[in-house]
Amino acid sequence: MTIIQATLEGAGANLDTGRFTAMLDTMWRIRAFEELAVRSLDEKLVLGAIHPSIGQEACAAGICCNMEREDLLLSTHRGHGHTLAKGADALAMMRELFGRDGGTCGGKGGSMHIADFDVGMLGANGVVAANITIAAGAAHALKLRGEKRVVVCIFGDGAINRGPFLEGLNWAKVFDLPVLFVCEDNNFSATTHTAAMTAGPGAAARAQSLGLPAQTIDGNDVVAVDAATRNALAALHAGEGPQFLHCKTYRMTGHTAVDAAAYRDPAEVTRWRERDPITRLGEALRLAGVSEARLEEARTKAYAEMEEVYATARDTAWPDVAGAYRDVQDCGDPQVRPYS
Amino acid sequence: MSVISYLEAGKRAVREEMQRDPTVWALGEDLGRGGVFGQYKGLIDEFGPERIADTPISEACIMGAAVGAAMTGTRPIVEMRFSDFALCAIDELVNQAAKARFMFGGQMRVPMVVREPTGMWRSSAAQHSQSLESWYTHIPGLVVVAPATPADNLGLLKSAIRNDDPVVYLEHKNLWPLEGEVPEGEHLVPLGEAQIVRTGRDLTLVTWSATRHSCVAAADALEKQGIEAEVIDLRTLWPWDRDRVLASVEKTGRLIVAHEAVAVSGFGAEIAATVAEALHHRLKAPVQRLGAPRIPIAYAPPLEDEARVTEKKIIDAAKALCLPVAAS
Ligand SMILES: Cc1ncc(C[n+]2csc(CCOP(=O)(O)OP(=O)(O)O)c2C)c(N)n1
Ligand SMILES: [Mg+2]
Repeated sequence: MTIIQATLEGAGANLDTGRFTAMLDTMWRIRAFEELAVRSLDEKLVLGAIHPSIGQEACAAGICCNMEREDLLLSTHRGHGHTLAKGADALAMMRELFGRDGGTCGGKGGSMHIADFDVGMLGANGVVAANITIAAGAAHALKLRGEKRVVVCIFGDGAINRGPFLEGLNWAKVFDLPVLFVCEDNNFSATTHTAAMTAGPGAAARAQSLGLPAQTIDGNDVVAVDAATRNALAALHAGEGPQFLHCKTYRMTGHTAVDAAAYRDPAEVTRWRERDPITRLGEALRLAGVSEARLEEARTKAYAEMEEVYATARDTAWPDVAGAYRDVQDCGDPQVRPYS
Repeated sequence: MSVISYLEAGKRAVREEMQRDPTVWALGEDLGRGGVFGQYKGLIDEFGPERIADTPISEACIMGAAVGAAMTGTRPIVEMRFSDFALCAIDELVNQAAKARFMFGGQMRVPMVVREPTGMWRSSAAQHSQSLESWYTHIPGLVVVAPATPADNLGLLKSAIRNDDPVVYLEHKNLWPLEGEVPEGEHLVPLGEAQIVRTGRDLTLVTWSATRHSCVAAADALEKQGIEAEVIDLRTLWPWDRDRVLASVEKTGRLIVAHEAVAVSGFGAEIAATVAEALHHRLKAPVQRLGAPRIPIAYAPPLEDEARVTEKKIIDAAKALCLPVAAS
């Protein structure tokens, strides 16, 4: 794999404004979606836990814009951004968060279990690192079937300390599978600094030790994420086997929407706020000549869209209770019934 | 007596046992910050980070390391965060912890407590809501405990920590804020002893964990309708208090077992079968099990509710069983 080093600040006037204005739109849509999801807690619309990815939008946008609709994506409990960027319908997602009819999973899964197979989104996951072995299997099937599609599996920095990380990466390498593993490193494993719980030089080195080409990049720089993903996917398509990306970013909220995250160093938070991926991309686009009006439109359109999504989702009915019994399995009666 | 919450009671148990026995320690994710529900809050200040150990997200190693540490002279308290995540460490628990003493010919014991917050809790959906106690009751070598009140959480957790075999300790997430009286001073509840929560002559309601509270409410309502239900909280599922249950059903002649877990292969089946075997001739009505339908737990509240054993379901079942009593 040839490594192209590209950065926002380095792009200057050469920034592909068409591509990255679209990226800005995506990032604002994610930001707006999640801010409204968090706000909805005031109205008790989101019911269970939600894990916002505010501050991490460059990863979702930069990765997913390089994927075809039929390529497969696996995500985590912090998966709204990935799912939106992969092309899932925002209204169906918000309905899912509110547990309503017409939700992506019929209201049965909620935030942590959103999947949209129509756009190749094979699921968020409530179990840390569980998606890694599943991604290896999906890639295995694509290879068996001789398909050209590829798999991208995104997980957090905390996930690399679970066994499935080793097993999934090793498997992918041994079977030479078309899967890109992305460690979206936001510094935290719930309320703990991941660094305090992780031995050695980290995610990329672990991947390299198993023979996977791995690159560590600034995950708040969408140009860098975009270029690195493009490279990695090209390597997959060239049959070079599994690839690895380590995107360094920061979780601007608590672990869940109700976590005040008082355990963070305020100076650290400020430092990262200054590196907000949306602000940085806006600056770069401005320097490259994109008009103020277009930059503003990216933001306002996103919030207008999501306000409408919010209102519609709020006014949607609950799902039919019969759904509780649907899609469990084909055979067998779920009820213990009296003999008659 | 003082009034504290179920959560505080669990914390007090850990604190008292850690003060009493320097070999007791706890390990799990986010324990330094007090654990995901705050059930360890402040303990790190008192005992330090070596005895309240923050771990990586490595359930298999948390459990496996506890097995090794338990074999080597300490008493680990394993925090699994949600019982659902204990499934990432089931080999370490079932193949290792539960069997080591037997396999190795009794050369050592594995004194560890595995805390697994369990059950339905405000739209947590299919991977954060399960009640899997019957899996553990099936495994020789494990003790299984499911407290329903602050006093029991205090007394049973202390007994669990002192127990020399591995204990799966299931605290119900919905009960964390529940307040109740607990005795001052040392309070131990023996493992394996059920509690008769209220007495009655018409019907025995056997239950545990959060469903205990639905059963008590149902029994209160039934009393007004002329049906006296005896409510027994098993508290410990293995070993379970067979004698107390059988004595009660011998008296009442009617049994309902009510639990939150899926009814099929739930632990209620064991109790129903035992009663049918032992008291067939004394039963005035068929034994009845109330549990969840065999469905994963959904996120949307109306669907989630389908899985619940409610007070109303208990009342309806009791009335159906006791029709002649109510009529008389
Ligand atoms: C196997 C397992 N253990 C614990 C948890 C509880 N949990 C949910 S998210 C989380 C932190 C995960 O950190 P990371 O992988 O870095 O993802 P992030 O939340 O930072 O996106 C934990 C411990 C879980 N869901 N699954
Ligand atoms: Mg993280």
